[in-house]
Amino acid sequence: MITVDDDLLREMYRRMSRIRKFEDTTKELLLAGELYGAFHTSTGQEASIVGSCMALRIDDSMVGTHRSHGHPIGKGAQLDRLLAELMGKETGVNQGKGGSMHLSDFSIGSLGETSIVGSGLPVATGAALAYKMRGDDNVSLCFFGDGASNQGTFHESLNLAAIWKLPVVYVCENNGYGELTSAKDAISVEDISIRAVGYDMPGVTVDGQDVLAVFEAVSEAVDRARRGDGPSLVETKTYRFENHAVGRLPEHYRSAEEVEYWRTERDPLALFRQVLIERGFDEQQIDDLDAAVSEEIVAAIEFARQSPAPPPEAAFTHLFSPSAG
Amino acid sequence: MRTVSYIQAVTEAMTEEMERDESVFIMGEDVAWNMMGDCTGLVEKFGTERVRNTPISEAGFVGAGAGAAMVGMRPIVHMLIAPFMYVAFDQIVSIISKSTYTYGGQARLPITLRAPMMYGVSNAAQHSDRPYATLMTIPGLKLIAPATPHDAKGMLKAAIRDDNPVISFEDRSLWGQSGEVPDDDLIVPLGRAAVRREGTDVTVVTVAGAITLGLAAAEQLAAEGVSVEVVDLRSIVPMDTETILDSVAKTGRLLIADPAHEMGSVASEISAIVAQHGFWSLQAPIARVTTPHTHMPFNADLEKLLLPNADKIVSEVRALME
Ligand SMILES: Cc1ncc(C[n+]2csc(CCOP(=O)(O)OP(=O)(O)O)c2C)c(N)n1
Ligand SMILES: [Mg+2]
Repeated sequence: MITVDDDLLREMYRRMSRIRKFEDTTKELLLAGELYGAFHTSTGQEASIVGSCMALRIDDSMVGTHRSHGHPIGKGAQLDRLLAELMGKETGVNQGKGGSMHLSDFSIGSLGETSIVGSGLPVATGAALAYKMRGDDNVSLCFFGDGASNQGTFHESLNLAAIWKLPVVYVCENNGYGELTSAKDAISVEDISIRAVGYDMPGVTVDGQDVLAVFEAVSEAVDRARRGDGPSLVETKTYRFENHAVGRLPEHYRSAEEVEYWRTERDPLALFRQVLIERGFDEQQIDDLDAAVSEEIVAAIEFARQSPAPPPEAAFTHLFSPSAG
Repeated sequence: MRTVSYIQAVTEAMTEEMERDESVFIMGEDVAWNMMGDCTGLVEKFGTERVRNTPISEAGFVGAGAGAAMVGMRPIVHMLIAPFMYVAFDQIVSIISKSTYTYGGQARLPITLRAPMMYGVSNAAQHSDRPYATLMTIPGLKLIAPATPHDAKGMLKAAIRDDNPVISFEDRSLWGQSGEVPDDDLIVPLGRAAVRREGTDVTVVTVAGAITLGLAAAEQLAAEGVSVEVVDLRSIVPMDTETILDSVAKTGRLLIADPAHEMGSVASEISAIVAQHGFWSLQAPIARVTTPHTHMPFNADLEKLLLPNADKIVSEVRALME
């Protein structure tokens, strides 16, 4: 058991709250027509994200997916530049070039959030290769979904990492569905973590709604990677509260009762609030954390709204990096 | 005759061919859930054996389509959107395009890939490519881009019956458009362009969704006294160069409107063909209205700026007429 002190608990809650409120707000703005694009929210997966990210150091890297609004927040990003990106503004993390499916803040260690399912796995593996070759003590963490675990890149990456003993942690966020298809219909095993056996690396499944359980499992994998003992696979069983893409697709593939169950019984924020109370926090302290986050969100919206749009020339910048060989 | 939308025409084509031929089946991500609305009624009619959801494993299921085709099935593989073909690129290039040739005609690959294209909707660079020109460089693949409900139905049916691999690029900007289709069996042979509007001053060849822009521009130019002939390419490989050259011989001027990136594009290929074989008919340089050689940005205004539109065609045609 790793010990988690009050400061860490508070920070975990704060980050989860930031993700939740960020997503609730962006969903509203999307439905109101202020935001646009394919919009996949992290709502419901906050514990999985924050538990994983907080097991990393700020200088460790991570790779996200099309569903990664929450991941940079989990890793410590400022909200204003994320929101500006969703509005396509010049002040956005990608200067308006990437949008919702690429909300990556490199300043906090993101190496990209990529919208081609499974395409991030080799990238995270390569970052770990570099750390190992240079003797850096950094760790690379890769987020990917249950659906992505069926791509060839999953097999290729885990095998590479295993034979080269790379400092990488593969975090599979199993939210039960890839688009409309249930993981049960698409994956040959119940627990994706069991696939680790085929690569001779540790594989564990944890309750993805329990931030402390995720934190503990990922911390162990990160420590192992940092020690030079190689890669691990951690599967977090979680759930996405919203439809695959907000406001776009039919939702006939899952029952309203199922969604309701997860929202009411398995809400990671509500569950963690309970833990905090048990650990001696009072409701007011937690409400204060939420209130501070709300203020931050208001400021972020304001910042994004006030920010300029990229000029027309921006369509042609960043095709290459400035330095020529 | 009935009026149907493009997307309904696609559904009808698949339904009719699956009814007609037991060896036709469809697979792809969420097809049985009819996620995109283009598989309406299929799973109810044919069941999940023949309307088959796949895991997110493009290399696997595209290649599996090739294998099934080799032993006599006629798979329709749904790519969701065209750029997901990149994940399956090796199977498409090394296996699907080359097996008939490499094995000296022993292998037959009656496989159809449906590749809807979504661009101009702020999906950013990875989702918004129109990759037919990339695939055009590979021999052994037939590439089509039907632009009307009539052709969406007739060409898809022809593709399914073709003994060769066909990739159908469906421009999602056309999915909602309506048009007439005949009640009886409709087959539109691959490899022929269609003159959508006759004219005498300029030939505008359109690729995929550019048909809408070409026709709108022609209408606007007609008011100015410029007579535009609009040729809908429809089939990229094989390409109906005869129809294009005949039209240019008549008009003496050529503009190609192609939503894909300009460099190495279908527009470039048509330009080269006309420069080589129609040079003496030309009274003005060839013009291309395409997307410049940069990626699709997320920002909606920036993206719109890059893509072809009717105004760009109109002003280029005006320049050709000077
Ligand atoms: C290669 C590829 N195929 C298909 C898609 C379309 N797509 C986007 S998200 C998604 C489901 C991904 O499922 P999962 O990995 O479980 O992630 P989740 O959305 O559940 O977070 C699919 C099929 C894509 N983006 N990339
Ligand atoms: Mg999933």
